[in-house]
Amino acid sequence: MNLADVWFVLIAVLWTGYLVLEGFDFGVGMLMPIVGKTSKGKRVLINTIGPVWDGNEVWLITAGGATFAAFPEWYATLFSGFYLPLLVILLALIVRAVAIEYRSKINDENWRDRWNLAIVISSWVPSILWGVAFANIVRGVPIDETATYTGGFFNLFNPFALLGGLATLAIFFSHGAIFLSLKTSGTVLDRAKPVARNASIAAVVIGALWALWLQLAYSENAWTWGALLIAAGGLLGAAWFSRVDRFGLAFTFNAAAIVGVVVLIFGSLYPDVMPSTTDAAFSLTVDNARSSQTTLVVMTWVAAIMTPVVLAYQAWTYWVFRRRLSEDHMPEHNELTFRKN
Amino acid sequence: MEALELARWQFGITTVYHFILVPLTIGLSILVAIMQTAWVRTGKQKWLRLTKFFGKLLLINFALGVATGIVQEFQFGMNWSEYSRYVGDVFGAPLAMEALVAFFLESTFLGVWIFGWDRLSKKVHLASVWLFAVGTNISAYFILAANSWMQHPVGAEFNPETGRAEMTDIWAVLTNSTALVAFPHVIAAAFLVAGSFVAGVAGFWLVKKTRANHGDTDLPMYRTALRFGAVTMIVAGLAVVYTGDLQAKLMFEQQPIKMAAAEGLVDTETGAPFSLFAVGDLNNDPASVRHLLAVPGLTSYLARGDFGAEVKGLNQLQEEYAAKYDPDAQYRPNLAVTYWSFRLMIGLAVFSAATALAALWLTRRGAYTDKKWFSRLAVWSIPAPFLASSFGWIFTEMGRQPFVVAPNPTGSDMVYMLTQYGVSKAASPWEVGISMAVFTLIYAILGVFWYRLIVRYAQEGAPVIEQPALDDDDAADRPLSFAY
Ligand code: HDD
Ligand code: HEM
Ligand code: HEM
Repeated sequence: MNLADVWFVLIAVLWTGYLVLEGFDFGVGMLMPIVGKTSKGKRVLINTIGPVWDGNEVWLITAGGATFAAFPEWYATLFSGFYLPLLVILLALIVRAVAIEYRSKINDENWRDRWNLAIVISSWVPSILWGVAFANIVRGVPIDETATYTGGFFNLFNPFALLGGLATLAIFFSHGAIFLSLKTSGTVLDRAKPVARNASIAAVVIGALWALWLQLAYSENAWTWGALLIAAGGLLGAAWFSRVDRFGLAFTFNAAAIVGVVVLIFGSLYPDVMPSTTDAAFSLTVDNARSSQTTLVVMTWVAAIMTPVVLAYQAWTYWVFRRRLSEDHMPEHNELTFRKN
Repeated sequence: MEALELARWQFGITTVYHFILVPLTIGLSILVAIMQTAWVRTGKQKWLRLTKFFGKLLLINFALGVATGIVQEFQFGMNWSEYSRYVGDVFGAPLAMEALVAFFLESTFLGVWIFGWDRLSKKVHLASVWLFAVGTNISAYFILAANSWMQHPVGAEFNPETGRAEMTDIWAVLTNSTALVAFPHVIAAAFLVAGSFVAGVAGFWLVKKTRANHGDTDLPMYRTALRFGAVTMIVAGLAVVYTGDLQAKLMFEQQPIKMAAAEGLVDTETGAPFSLFAVGDLNNDPASVRHLLAVPGLTSYLARGDFGAEVKGLNQLQEEYAAKYDPDAQYRPNLAVTYWSFRLMIGLAVFSAATALAALWLTRRGAYTDKKWFSRLAVWSIPAPFLASSFGWIFTEMGRQPFVVAPNPTGSDMVYMLTQYGVSKAASPWEVGISMAVFTLIYAILGVFWYRLIVRYAQEGAPVIEQPALDDDDAADRPLSFAY
């Protein structure tokens, strides 16, 4: 394995971290009206992810930065090619960050309701679009000999990509519900459990369908059947353990399923990173998109040292905030109100 | 408009916006950490109240800082893909390091700090605010190293096989002389911003409370905060001037045409003066420039530390560049912008100096103040360093034009890039146009919320802290002390 391959794997690892972690906090956002329901219930939901959502999002920033450093061509082609979907994702992430932080700053039902709505929408939208984006990468897009994407906007919306969008949506949705079943108690928990049970079944069906399609139509490698099995097994396990009220295991299986999906996606691509449908000769590959050896060596050292440290302190945070939350834990609102000038 | 122009506008708008939020986060995070340290050490209630007060304001600011930062990270790929291809090998590394080393640290420990009140031991909780604050400052270092590489590319060579700049020495990139002076200048500017903010808010409250009731029990707290802010401003202000001078000297070597533009220096001169005003339309026709109120020799001094030194002018430099690079290009940066932004950056700091000195004078030897004019001055000097920072960046970045990666006069001759070749080929003008319009719009809307929340919380004053219930045994079931 040369260093470029190592970085291909590392980037898959960063995306896995992102999708596993932000996956559940997108799920929690989507579930605000369904599991949160009441004003206090919604508050419980936000507070289950309150201490961690920003740390989760940094996995995305790191994945982006690492792609820039290790595969500049990939970064350039992907980000300029998927322009409008990325723009929409960015808008959602902007609004979401601000909404989570600002919703409780003014004690006013209208104020909170609007930001809550913003959180819901900005959690749904990227949940779908990440699937669409990854599906298109695997499927291949028109790329010309200068590594420029030539497909336009609508090319990105094809049945395979749309199903991919539904798959990430379903998986994040159930991931969020399972997370809430682990992190809440009282009435919120009562509402979370049935959602987790049903959503995890939907995730199995949609997820497995998309994974099969991917493997049959687009995979370059036979061994990715193994990843597909992990993904399918994970989703099934999550559904089963949700049924029998073992949410710790359900969460673990769901996380394993996301790992499986990412391995499936990256494994199917390899050695390409962005296949061209215009001409296979124009495809971006691990080899022709990579950085120089010097850069990769430097980055490998940094990643080898920093990643374990980051994992350790992030894990510690989850431990510190492990307690289940219920409506009774919500303090009285002591924020400010609007003042009539 | 073409995609190029739109992409430039978009980059300018979104980064200037990002950098309104950034310096306040950088400076205030450390100031709040100091306040909390003072509380832990002395046990004095006023420090706890100030920590919570300014901590809340910091959070309001931080949220928007994060939101606008993500855009920056993606924008290089979206709008500047050709640039990214050309420099990614070198430029991507500090960006990735910033995320791995700094962003994880700051975001994770901010979460711990916000939700950890009453949950963690005082020491661990205090450590979390420091880790957060240090994280923000480390992030500044890496991004400035990236930016400095664009001003002064080092540690890289052009590889004809791949057609791009490639890294030869990461250490050289991270210890770029440009970065080593830009970092203290920017951090000092950030402390000036944060110090003015603390002093401005506290000054407003001190005057208000003194006027309402000379015996108000909050007075010592606001006085402390005011003096704390004012001292920060003075130290930071001196550091900003000192490091700015270092930067200017370096820039005369590294990007002489930028500095010639900053001075409106048309022809090479010895003992070049520094003018406070210039007339003429400054529309890149150097012949029309006329200087007023000039301080003799000061430009030469800024450049070389010698009032009589020779400084190269725009006309000569234009010829030098044209001989070396594309002969048809216009190498003079936009004169009006560079000339005025440089002066505004420096000039706006005068406001801050006046406020800080007035604050220390009025509150000397335990005194309070009820001077209305001081309250106004304090509040009005809050925006000044924000503006100065923005002008500083506008100067640095516009002065670098027409290059996006400026050539290094003593480095590899092949490593440079004209801005026009950096823009994405895949992104059409209307796509860039849409994104620019949408970002501008959404930033404007969020900016209104940000502003109103900050004002609202500042006007509420430092919160009164109830004594926490003495440790009861079922601590696990008591409501959270902080919740969104
Ligand atoms: C001198 C400092 C400085 C400068 C020049 C920039 N930033 Fe910044 N950035 C910060 C200092 C900072 C910070 C202090 O660390 C922030 C600002 C406010 C905040 O909340 O964190 C931040 C936030 C921030 C975030 C969100 C981090 C998170 O989620 O925690 C990203 C992705 C970026 N920035 C990326 C960039 C890029 C790509 C820039 C170049 C154009 C840039 N920033 C300029
Ligand atoms: C946060 C502080 C910053 C501010 C306020 C700022 C400001 C600006 C402005 C006003 C422009 C437009 C110049 C023009 O079009 O003539 C610009 C362009 C640009 N800047 Fe910065 N900048 C900042 C930091 C950075 C950093 C840290 C980087 C890189 C790491 C960077 C990279 C660029 C690039 C790639 C362009 C686009 C090309 C160009 O038009 O020059 N900037 N910036
Ligand atoms: C006597 C006072 C000052 C001098 C001589 C000075 C000098 C300079 C110079 C020469 C640059 C350009 C560096 C480059 O092109 O890379 C610069 C940039 C900058 N200045 Fe100043 N400055 C002064 C005061 C201030 C003040 C008061 C602030 C803000 C509070 C400020 C904030 C900035 C910022 C944010 C930048 C852009 C970042 C950078 O390139 O370092 N400066 N300054």
